[in-house]
Amino acid sequence: MAASVFSEQFKKDARRVTSDARQRGLIETALRKYEASRDLQKAAYQDWQGARQAAAERKWDAINHLDQHLESLVTKLEARGTKVHWASTAEQARQIFLDILKEKNARSIIKSKAMTAEEIHLNDTLEKAGYRVVESDLGEYIVQLRQEPPYHIVFPAMHLTRGQISDLFAEKLGSQPTDNPEDLTMIARGVLRDQYVTADVGITGANFAIAETGMISITENEGNARLTAALPRTMITLMGIEKLVPRLSDLALFLPMLATAGAGQALTGYNSMYGGPRQPGECDGPEEYHVVLIDNGRTHLLADGEQRDALHCIRCGACLNVCPIYRNVGGHTYGTTYSGPVGSVITPHLRGLQQWKHLSQASSLCGACTEACPVKIDLHHHLLQNRRNAAARKPLWWERAAFRAFGFLAARPALLRGLIPFGRFAQKFHWLVLGGPLDPARAWTETRDLPPIASHTFTDQWRARKRAEHRAQGAAQ
Amino acid sequence: MRVTLFVPCFMNTMFPRAGMSIVTVLERLGHTVDYHEDIFCCGQPAFNAGYWDEARTVAGPVVKKLAAADPEAIVIGSGSCGAMLKVFYRELFANTALAADAVTIGERTWEFSDFLVTKLGITDVGARFPAKVTFHDGCHGLRELRVKQQPRKLLAQVQGLELVEMRDSETCCGFGGTFSAKFPAISTAMGEVKCASAAETEAEYIVSNDSSCLMQIQGLLDRQGKKLKTMHLAEVLVRQ
Repeated sequence: MAASVFSEQFKKDARRVTSDARQRGLIETALRKYEASRDLQKAAYQDWQGARQAAAERKWDAINHLDQHLESLVTKLEARGTKVHWASTAEQARQIFLDILKEKNARSIIKSKAMTAEEIHLNDTLEKAGYRVVESDLGEYIVQLRQEPPYHIVFPAMHLTRGQISDLFAEKLGSQPTDNPEDLTMIARGVLRDQYVTADVGITGANFAIAETGMISITENEGNARLTAALPRTMITLMGIEKLVPRLSDLALFLPMLATAGAGQALTGYNSMYGGPRQPGECDGPEEYHVVLIDNGRTHLLADGEQRDALHCIRCGACLNVCPIYRNVGGHTYGTTYSGPVGSVITPHLRGLQQWKHLSQASSLCGACTEACPVKIDLHHHLLQNRRNAAARKPLWWERAAFRAFGFLAARPALLRGLIPFGRFAQKFHWLVLGGPLDPARAWTETRDLPPIASHTFTDQWRARKRAEHRAQGAAQ
Repeated sequence: MRVTLFVPCFMNTMFPRAGMSIVTVLERLGHTVDYHEDIFCCGQPAFNAGYWDEARTVAGPVVKKLAAADPEAIVIGSGSCGAMLKVFYRELFANTALAADAVTIGERTWEFSDFLVTKLGITDVGARFPAKVTFHDGCHGLRELRVKQQPRKLLAQVQGLELVEMRDSETCCGFGGTFSAKFPAISTAMGEVKCASAAETEAEYIVSNDSSCLMQIQGLLDRQGKKLKTMHLAEVLVRQ
């Protein structure tokens, strides 16, 4: 698709959501609650900044020795009988899933939350191939019923009210309307419990993969991922190759950190680890365990020394939560799997710089994201680098012309000073077109007043002062 | 001390009173203020848009002129342009002939309130301004230059002034330079949130150390016919 298609869609959706006070209000209410509990949990840390530094260093090790850590992970997983698959692209990953499902003669699939599955549009592929796929995370289940992507990487149904969810359940599941969150949960649970028992295959994502021990760590609040992993005969985990941490002990740092930054919790409700299929003598676990490791553009980021730290991301969503852009345009406006600041940084690497550079431009570069990131990704500076790379590789002719003109003028203050009276004169007539379609400054003036050029600029006033000083000195002599 | 004042382009043309207030405050404290009228803009608009060659066209002469002037300190009444000189020039001129000069200039550059409080150790400039004000933290000053307490320490010493913190004083006002024109709907929505937070305090003035944020905030307030006024920190500190 042409570059402008995604960019125009973004602008259109941003315009719609920013004028939707209700949607903005819902995001604000949800994130205010998050902020309060996050701050409470952060305060329980003796040294939050120290923890961030330690986490950044652990992930630096993981990413800068990715080859060694991946080898260790895979060797140990395979030693326990896990089948490990490598996928360079989304297409390859989808094919791996289809092959496993065909081989297992599966019909029904239960799935726990996985952003990587969103990234490769797995549900869509599987449904088109005739499989029944049910999301087991409540929020994901809700957006699945609505046939829309998650609104947020941690809170997928954040944009919906209880009333909307009740209406949705009534329409799709034939349940009685209710305003009670517990009742709503019980309605979903009724459907899901059935699905756990009948599903042939369980699909999960991964929060961390431990190189040292060859284990996959999954974090969740509803117990749904445990059931997804434990009940079906076959379990498949899909994970990005960047999910590694070097050692098991690293989880002591990362699990509470993910919970705090991501959801304002001390620790997430359930934290499980999977190392392989059911071993001899074990009473539970899947008969077969597959791990699908996916690149899908991540090695482009790995090759970029400047932005490699973006692979540190633990998908906690903290940067989305503090981002004033995200809070005003919402999650769906981005049109990407990964929204918010980290999405704006990595999407150009994963899906093409020229098509997705507008996300890096749609930022005031305020830096709230960088400050919030628990693994210290230099997010807002990476947005700046994406802008630089986009302009250097394929400048827009008119934009370059405009900045060349800017460069020419701004480097010649004397010439600019000569132009200021013209600007002042033109501004006298600005009211004639102010904010309308003929206004050259419309982007600003449609919603905002523009201050007038001062009758005496700073330079004018400084010169007048100097002249007065000279006169005074002259008079004194 | 011999101080060179860097007056950002928009302050020069639209908010000269803020610039002159900085001159007055510094002179009252006994410093000599210098101003180079052939330095107009730091080049940030082109830099932020990704056009770094064009940014260097503007910033190169600035670096050369400031290096030649060899001032003891360069003071800027804007966290944003201050960050450009102090943080981003280093990156912009890395591996060029001006690299060393860019670093030197960065080291000597101070945001106005940071200069008074951190460099000079002054919090009371003898100002008097009987009004209720709230303070907006400009993002670049706050996060690139770590300026947070400095302006508050100065405001605390202003006679008659009552400082009321707004909710989310650290949240961006939505200006963001060319961002405000490229994505006006988002920029405006962000500005509205900021104006609402400020209005909740029932302050008479929104004070900040960055005229660019104040241009955005005032522009919205004026369009909506609100009475709340914006004011640069220096304009408060100059009142007696």
